[in-house]
Amino acid sequence: MPGTDTTAETTAPDAPSHETAGVELRGVTKRFGDTVAVRELDLTVAPGEFFSMLGPSGSGKTTVLRMIAGFEDVTSGSILLDGQDVTAAAPFDRTVNTVFQDYALFPHMTIAENVAYGLKVRKTAKDEIARRVGESLEQVRLSHVADRLPHQLSGGQRQRIALARALILRPRVLLLDEPLGALDKQLREQMQIELKQIQREVGITFVFVTHDQEEALTLSDRIAVFNEGRVEQVGTPREVYEYPQTAFVASFLGVSNLIPAELARELAGADGAISVRPERVRLAAVDSTRAPDETSVVGTITETVYTGPATRYIVTTEFGLTIIAERHNDHAPNDTAPYRRGDTVRVYWHREHAALVP
Amino acid sequence: MLRLGRSSKIVLGVIVGIVLVFMYVPLALVVLNAFNSSRIASFPVTEFSLRWWEVAAVSEPIRAAVLNSVIVGLGATVIALILGTLSAFALSRFRFYGKQTVNLLIVLPIALPGVVTGVAFSNTFNSILEPAGIQIGYFGMIVAHATFCIVMVFNNVFARLRRMNPNLQEASMDLGAGIGQTFRLVTFPQFRTAFAAGGLLAFALSFDEVVVTIFTAPPGVDTLPLWILNTMARPNEGNLVNVVATVLILLSLIPVYISQRLSRAEEDE
Repeated sequence: MPGTDTTAETTAPDAPSHETAGVELRGVTKRFGDTVAVRELDLTVAPGEFFSMLGPSGSGKTTVLRMIAGFEDVTSGSILLDGQDVTAAAPFDRTVNTVFQDYALFPHMTIAENVAYGLKVRKTAKDEIARRVGESLEQVRLSHVADRLPHQLSGGQRQRIALARALILRPRVLLLDEPLGALDKQLREQMQIELKQIQREVGITFVFVTHDQEEALTLSDRIAVFNEGRVEQVGTPREVYEYPQTAFVASFLGVSNLIPAELARELAGADGAISVRPERVRLAAVDSTRAPDETSVVGTITETVYTGPATRYIVTTEFGLTIIAERHNDHAPNDTAPYRRGDTVRVYWHREHAALVP
Repeated sequence: MLRLGRSSKIVLGVIVGIVLVFMYVPLALVVLNAFNSSRIASFPVTEFSLRWWEVAAVSEPIRAAVLNSVIVGLGATVIALILGTLSAFALSRFRFYGKQTVNLLIVLPIALPGVVTGVAFSNTFNSILEPAGIQIGYFGMIVAHATFCIVMVFNNVFARLRRMNPNLQEASMDLGAGIGQTFRLVTFPQFRTAFAAGGLLAFALSFDEVVVTIFTAPPGVDTLPLWILNTMARPNEGNLVNVVATVLILLSLIPVYISQRLSRAEEDE
């Protein structure tokens, strides 16, 4: 596996050099009554890493985050923070802080009081609190809302305050529970960039829970894909996207053409099921010449979908297999699609562009 | 919006007027007669004076009755605030066997007829505790009041806790606050208005309680409502009662004012 980029680039000269720590889960199981939310989970997050836990709802990712934070007890197994066993430690004794999905800002306190909270309960000197709150609000560019109440802020502002409130304590690990889930698409994309910048500035480990595969791919150094309480695959965004280890990972991250083992053997001589992404599938006329390193199959276009930057073709092939091909709309804007519904075409891809799904 | 015709507006206006008259004219008569110099209430008042106010001001029985009512009211309110809040927490935060039953048992005393509660306490005090050598006396009256005051606090606090975002407490602990700090700085401020409103209601309920009090007041101890009831029965002191009633009308505006302020503060949050 290629090493992950864990070195934080200090962008601003006065950026606080925060201490960071790794997280390790060893054989962690969590049961709620009869249901097993997390099974025998082993996971290692490197110091300074932006680590995402990606999965559908109910896959156990949020439970894992809550166990790291200390909100949930583990049923069995242990959690290590910076090499120290914190399995039994209370939330207030762990050097991690959390950004909640609904931000959980204290509604009866001003923004400044919210940000100051962690320092206040630690009995920090008043002038130091004032100084650090000032710096912290500046970091998220919200100094002007210091005296407002949380409900007077927009969603994006609240999100940044939740971040500032957690970061002011200089945690070694920041836990984020779908922090962008409540924002609309444009704001979410803007916040993604901001989040990444802040992570680089403070240089601490971010453990980020999301169900949005695009978000995970965009932000993470590494991604753990969760399904039914287990981790299906851990790897860099490229690894999990290009080389999915299971059918679940292939279909959960983006769109995938999964070709079952038997058919894959017949078509491509593969040793098992293969996955090929729509953007790697090409279309050609039926009678076009086939190169030796291609996997090729003939079918009929049953649907074309125009999505703006690309057009998607859904092709039903001779083996009853449906293949999705995506073609970038890099031709002239007024040019209509070269293929139409009902056309018989040859779909093909470079043999090496398909990933073997063990 | 419902649009009303001219004639229906007039009819409704008249009905509202009649209702208000029936509600407030008797109260106005009480206030008016507090300044009546005659022994019994009358209308129209022929001669105004502060005579009964002077009597009331120096009346030892009234002073004793007010003191009793305040002590009992405060005692019952304190018990209700503590037990009501604790049970609201237990029932809103935890799942346990018999939860629904406990809920019912807490709410039941307010639904029970006061006579039943009164008889029950009276029997317990006189036939069980007394022979056992326990003189519960005054404290017994406070306990009896507390049984139905708890519901007021419980209902208010319980409703608030259920609406409260549980993440707030987790956020507080996550930021390093212990359990005590979290309660003081985050949890309590979230339900303090409900807590105060429940306390006010509990006090008001206890302050003018008659039925249970009759059964549980130790001999020779009058609360204000008992004193009023007894005095009304006596001839020629009707307007003394009107003076006390007028003061009570004025005093009861205070909690009304406070509770309106509280609910307005609530809306602002």
